[in-house]
Amino acid sequence: MTSWFTYLGLPFGWAWFVATLIDILVIALPLMLAVAMIIYADRKIWASMALRRGPNVVGPFGLLQSFADGLKVFLQETIIPTASNKALFLLAPIITFTVALIVWAVVPFDQRAAVANINVGLLYVLAASSLGVYGIILAGWASNSKYPFYSAIRAAAQMVSYEVAIGFILISVVLWTGSFNLTNIVEAQRGMGLGIVNGFFINPLLFPMAVMFFISSLAETQRAPFDLTEAESELVAGYQTEYSSMSFALFWLGEYANVILMCALNATLFWGGYLPPFNWAPLYLVPGIIWLLLKMGLFFFLFSWVKATVPRYRYDQLMRLGWKIFLPLSLFWVFLVSGVLMLTRVGTECAPQDRVHTKQYLYDDGRPRYPTDGVCRAASANQSEKRS
Amino acid sequence: MIQAIAFYLFAFMVIASAALTITARNPVHAVLWLILAFFNAAGLMVLVGAEFIAMLLVIVYVGAVAVLFLFVVMMLNIDFAELRAGFAKYAAIGAVFAVGLAAEIMVAFGAWSAGKIELARRAAPTPDTVPNIEALGMLLYTRYLFVFEGAGLVLLVAMIGAIVLTHRERKGARAQNVSRQNARRPQDATRNTQPTVGKGIEL
Repeated sequence: MTSWFTYLGLPFGWAWFVATLIDILVIALPLMLAVAMIIYADRKIWASMALRRGPNVVGPFGLLQSFADGLKVFLQETIIPTASNKALFLLAPIITFTVALIVWAVVPFDQRAAVANINVGLLYVLAASSLGVYGIILAGWASNSKYPFYSAIRAAAQMVSYEVAIGFILISVVLWTGSFNLTNIVEAQRGMGLGIVNGFFINPLLFPMAVMFFISSLAETQRAPFDLTEAESELVAGYQTEYSSMSFALFWLGEYANVILMCALNATLFWGGYLPPFNWAPLYLVPGIIWLLLKMGLFFFLFSWVKATVPRYRYDQLMRLGWKIFLPLSLFWVFLVSGVLMLTRVGTECAPQDRVHTKQYLYDDGRPRYPTDGVCRAASANQSEKRS
Repeated sequence: MIQAIAFYLFAFMVIASAALTITARNPVHAVLWLILAFFNAAGLMVLVGAEFIAMLLVIVYVGAVAVLFLFVVMMLNIDFAELRAGFAKYAAIGAVFAVGLAAEIMVAFGAWSAGKIELARRAAPTPDTVPNIEALGMLLYTRYLFVFEGAGLVLLVAMIGAIVLTHRERKGARAQNVSRQNARRPQDATRNTQPTVGKGIEL
């Protein structure tokens, strides 16, 4: 799109700026719509599993229920507790909501469709998801109330614990792909299983990681069975207890945007992302974004299914699962994956003449001082491919 | 143009939030300003093309260190009067440090404007086609492998030290055996009986 704006006569910088703004809107607006529909879907799935009807009054099949709820909270009064820290109290839901949106910048919707195809994509995802905890801590502290504060403490411990495990799981994916770029990670899954199946899940070395990532993503988004931060039987509504009206709605939206994001990450990292499930030419006629949405829908169904059927963990069980089971297991798996890769791959990626070297470490005649140095030119050429 | 705007925005925010970190009265606010400063410093790193360092700064400092920091500060019951009393006591030592740091900054600026330092070679240390993660990796895991692993060992020692120092045996605490808990079936724990009217059951 940038080139189209430069064609209109804008200088490159501004053309890029306008094009990126439009890209952001093109993602954020449908995302908000998707959040509204996914809340409806969640309630419907949950209701069906409990043999209830779920929302069925507003609009056909109750489809407009989320919009009615949105209008309702919009018209309510915003109550700010007098003893609260006003600025932080209002900032907290904004942080939660914003952080849930910014990660979408790097999610690839198709081979060349990501707002920012950066080479540290996965690190960006980790960085942004580690910011999510601030919204909750600040909400808990600024409310100046007991239950929100307990909830904030729980949330901080829970998210920090599971991020460690998630980090190791992602490392094994990165090791296998050789890149932090999400588009490269998806492309590496093309024809993973005997050239037929697309996706890392088919790899017996990575499948346990896919399962662990799914469970960790439940914990990271504080969905059941790990929803201890808003355990209604213990903490009223957790960190949201003192919130009302739009500030409450922002938490709600941010939470569901995070859930959709985790579905997208599950799909992208282990289940082939925008690639069709099988590496068969006719399937590629369907646009990548459709496949991605289908996979996200499947994962969201799993999230809802878990929420409807699994009882809540006790807090010590949650910590045990994170630190005593997931952490050692994922650490061991990183060793295992890197060992397998060392045996099968090291030194075979490219010929010595295809290696790029850092200038300072060459002899004057251009020979590298250390033969093991250098990065394959082919691999890095793929990476510097930018969206036009 | 956009780069310049972004640079001045980030630079201004870093300095402003650093100043507010020091002057904020509420310690929680101070930590939050510090986090904002980290965040904008990461923005500056992205601008100079060190995106890997920028992301690490956000993940490690903002995502983990500052969370624990905030945690501790929130739990503390801080007496503001005591804090202000301490200010007068340590003002002299603080002033010495401040003068020292200011002198260092001036020396650095002096050396920089005097030239003779090979800045050009440092400005673009990696080839254009190599992303800086790979460039870092190829140095850290080949040339500096032993230094790198040495750093890892130092961190490991620090971690074990922290665990040893804070660990204490609790006498008389009944630890739970999770595998035994999981292996327990309903029939081990419950018994169905049909007591007759007016007669209890023997346990």
